[in-house]
Amino acid sequence: MEPLQIAGILKDRFPEEVKEIKEFRGQVSVVVKRDRIIDLIKFLKEEPEIQMDYLRDLTAVDWLGKKVPRFEVVYHLYSIKFRHMIRIKAEVPEEDPVIDSIVPLYAGANWHERECFDMFGIQFRGHPDMRRILLPEDWEGYPLRKDYPLEGYRDEREWSGFKEVLKIAKENRKYDWYGEER
Amino acid sequence: MSDTVIKDIASSRKEEIRSGFKTKELVLSMGPQHPSTHGVLRLVLELDGETVVKCTPYVGYLHRGTEKLCENRTYLNALPLSDRLDYIVSMANNVGYVLAVERLFGIEAPPRAKYIRTIVSEMARISGHIIWLATHALDLGAMTVFLYSFREREWILDLFEHLCGARLTTSYPRIGGVRNDVTEEFLDSLYEFTEEFPKRIEEYETLIDQNRIWLQRTKGIGVISAEEAINWGLTGPVLRGSGVPYDVRKFAPYDAYPWVDFEVPVGKNGDVYDRYRVRMQELRQSTRIIRQCIERMPKGPIMAPDAPKFTLPPKERVMSDMESLIHHFVLITKGPIAAPEGEIYSAIEAPKGELGFYIVSDGTGKPYRLRLRSPSFVHASVLPRLCEGHLVADVIANIGTIDIVLGECDR
Repeated sequence: MEPLQIAGILKDRFPEEVKEIKEFRGQVSVVVKRDRIIDLIKFLKEEPEIQMDYLRDLTAVDWLGKKVPRFEVVYHLYSIKFRHMIRIKAEVPEEDPVIDSIVPLYAGANWHERECFDMFGIQFRGHPDMRRILLPEDWEGYPLRKDYPLEGYRDEREWSGFKEVLKIAKENRKYDWYGEER
Repeated sequence: MSDTVIKDIASSRKEEIRSGFKTKELVLSMGPQHPSTHGVLRLVLELDGETVVKCTPYVGYLHRGTEKLCENRTYLNALPLSDRLDYIVSMANNVGYVLAVERLFGIEAPPRAKYIRTIVSEMARISGHIIWLATHALDLGAMTVFLYSFREREWILDLFEHLCGARLTTSYPRIGGVRNDVTEEFLDSLYEFTEEFPKRIEEYETLIDQNRIWLQRTKGIGVISAEEAINWGLTGPVLRGSGVPYDVRKFAPYDAYPWVDFEVPVGKNGDVYDRYRVRMQELRQSTRIIRQCIERMPKGPIMAPDAPKFTLPPKERVMSDMESLIHHFVLITKGPIAAPEGEIYSAIEAPKGELGFYIVSDGTGKPYRLRLRSPSFVHASVLPRLCEGHLVADVIANIGTIDIVLGECDR
């Protein structure tokens, strides 16, 4: 089935939820509200003519200062049987960055959602294990947000583990050949 | 003694032992630098005797923020970062990245460049699978294979060095083509390799195929059904071992793959042994693809000639032609500023599985958002599913069979 057809079916089925359908280079994005995201993806997964059984990717985009609401959670769904793909983008506002987890539908979403939380600070409601995954537990800030500096924070928000290393390096400097000054 | 027998004895004796002794679960922290974890992976295993009750992987020790770095670099400058993802098969990552950017810009590489890129991605696949075989067999106690397979890997790396000067961090493909044309010596040497390599594959197989220890440690271990494997998002040989013929090279052909003949080998049982068989067959198919590419490669340009705003002009033109100089200057300093606004998801079949790039462009020379969907990250997440309820010795087999590289997993 053509991706635009799938988007049309989705629009008929969820007229309240689907906000916009866009096409670029043959790939179709459907912008939706976040409230019924589980129903929507479940429909795509279980409808016999669509059967999106494989979650290719799950991530988020930060549109700081460019769009309101600020975040978009992006799902790439693919059907191995019918070989068609669709992109679902759910809008998530900055004040309340929460969306329902789709781990009950796709087991593979588990780590993707954890990474999304780790990098963007978006909470996934109903996720079995909502912890940071790539960064340490006591890391401050969400690095892939656009207002997070590329070099990280250089003030008291710097990661405690790194501050410890710096402290030890400073202490060890007194054993250095050139003395503490260098 | 097979596992089932061990388990039967274990379950019948369990109550007897429990009543006699006070036992408690043991928590074993494996890694970050355990010899049989590939890279810096840490597993916390809760053990009840020899059985794994709970397995919790911890990743992120190699996290370098590649996605954030890419967002702060131009499209051309971000290419070397893709080398550092899966550093064993950097050529395949390069191809995946340039292909995603080309699709975003709407340009296409000329046929000769497509053939060259197909050749180098298949060489990367061979080198990646060889490393996998070597380390996986070493983990399971078959040391000889390691020495044999590194011999062939050396050959591939020498060829890479001949082609582009680098052995590991190649950065050879360019947006719109490849950096330099292949030489006749390179093609001759590669053709010799494709003649010799099938014999070498047989050598590996004679070493372990009939080995009883190998068979016992791989057959029936780490079984995952086709539906479950799809649900977990597994791709590549791990999925094909379960009998799903999903291969991006066939499902959404790119570069020269639609023009060559090859088969997609699939397994049946979805265990460690079937995934091993799938990878060995893939080595043969890769050799076949390379040979066809060499035979059919047309003459012609190696960079897209009709997209001066996106591809670097040839050096001699920069020195003589004003237009080219301007394009070169703008491309290097500001990036391809004529990039269209939009978003694209582009995937390739990397040796480990589906390597996807999701690029959001806002019309400037830098990607607004670049997401890497790496196969190793998804495969590492399935470890608890494969390990829990099985013996602690099978953890090693499971880590090996999903073929993860932590540079790609942590990005």
